[in-house]
Amino acid sequence: MKSAAITAMQHGLHSCEGCGLLSRPGPQQEQGRCPRCAHQLTFRKADSIQRTWAFVIAAAICYIPANVLPVLTTTTATGSESDTILQGVVLLWSPTGWPLSLIVLFASIMIPSAKIIALAYLLITVQRGSVSNNEQRVRLYRTIEFIGRWSMVDVFVDTFTAALIQLQPLMSVEPGPGLFFFAAVVVLTMLAAESFDPRLIWDAASSQEVST
Amino acid sequence: MVLTRLDQESYRQTYNQPLADRSLISCPHCDLMQRLPDLAPGASARCARCNLELWRRREDSLNRTLALAIGAALLYAVANSVPMLGLTVVGREAFTTVLGGAQHLWEDGRETVAALVLFTAIIAPALQIGFMLAIVLGARRQPVPRWVGFLLRHHRITHTWSMIEVMMLGVLVALIKIADYATVIPGLALFVLGALVFVLAGMQSSFDAREVWERIEWADARAAQAAADCNDG
Repeated sequence: MKSAAITAMQHGLHSCEGCGLLSRPGPQQEQGRCPRCAHQLTFRKADSIQRTWAFVIAAAICYIPANVLPVLTTTTATGSESDTILQGVVLLWSPTGWPLSLIVLFASIMIPSAKIIALAYLLITVQRGSVSNNEQRVRLYRTIEFIGRWSMVDVFVDTFTAALIQLQPLMSVEPGPGLFFFAAVVVLTMLAAESFDPRLIWDAASSQEVST
Repeated sequence: MVLTRLDQESYRQTYNQPLADRSLISCPHCDLMQRLPDLAPGASARCARCNLELWRRREDSLNRTLALAIGAALLYAVANSVPMLGLTVVGREAFTTVLGGAQHLWEDGRETVAALVLFTAIIAPALQIGFMLAIVLGARRQPVPRWVGFLLRHHRITHTWSMIEVMMLGVLVALIKIADYATVIPGLALFVLGALVFVLAGMQSSFDAREVWERIEWADARAAQAAADCNDG
């Protein structure tokens, strides 16, 4: 029976991302406009999988220079020294500073790499039409969405360290080329999470439920 | 007569047909169709399949959000006009504001990162507060004008990219780092920003977008009329 349909898409309905209104597109129409807020509607985010892959791959590429190139260069009277993100974490490690060191380690190294891996996992399982672990996968997606912004911490740390320590000729700190790539990783993973459509996680399971 | 027919044609092509029953929704994370119950203020409804919070009805949402948005606007203005951090080392002093941090990056040739810092720490929070103020003020009119819907739709983006709380953590880490080399003087803006983090969180969570959407003027006036007739009949 057709009434077994459980999702809005199976009912042929668009759900507006902007205002949440359900509406029915014209016959044979893939697209339409929300009658309430005039938002352009489709059943699923346009080219979600391709776009998300593009952002994820770009982020993975930027992840390498982000960790290899220095993010800060400290110049003192005796010479200059460049630190990568990981060296910054080590420098911060002290009997009193270790909690902050852990925060930076998590926010700058673990979260970006975990996000890239998690998004790739979500994309692959969606493309293979997986029907298992749906709840865990959507929870993973929500975690990615929520936690992504916190990776920006290191960008702010380096920004304000460099802005404050300007005591030429005693000591000065300049941002390094790694900072650009690191910021790119953060922005690209945020855009990747934004372009991924979590409803795709459930589509295979939804169609299975209807056919049985 | 001809005009009305043309009118009807274009209306069919552009706008979707709304459902008669507006309590039917689909979950934004799993697309499961379900009916939203009528909630008491403060209560929330979750998706039956993926457990996403679909709607939380807020108590006195518009007034509380307005109060918090005004508070946030004042704190924002102060936070961006006074020094945030300073340091003294061997008799020399240096101060910086939030904007100063971005400006310094720019001068050092890191224009892209400077623009990102400027956007996430200054522009996006200003838009977040400004949009919210305009939304809650506009929502007091009856019916709620259409431009409120435009702001409401884009408010989510400003919220995603407004990173005051992330910046606060970054500043604290920088402060501890610098404390090894020099005496750090926390500026007034640092405390104001700390308060702003909580006021912004309160502003977001006191706001009930669904309440505003329910009262907004529809893009497609005819569909709105039809929906209203359905509800009456």
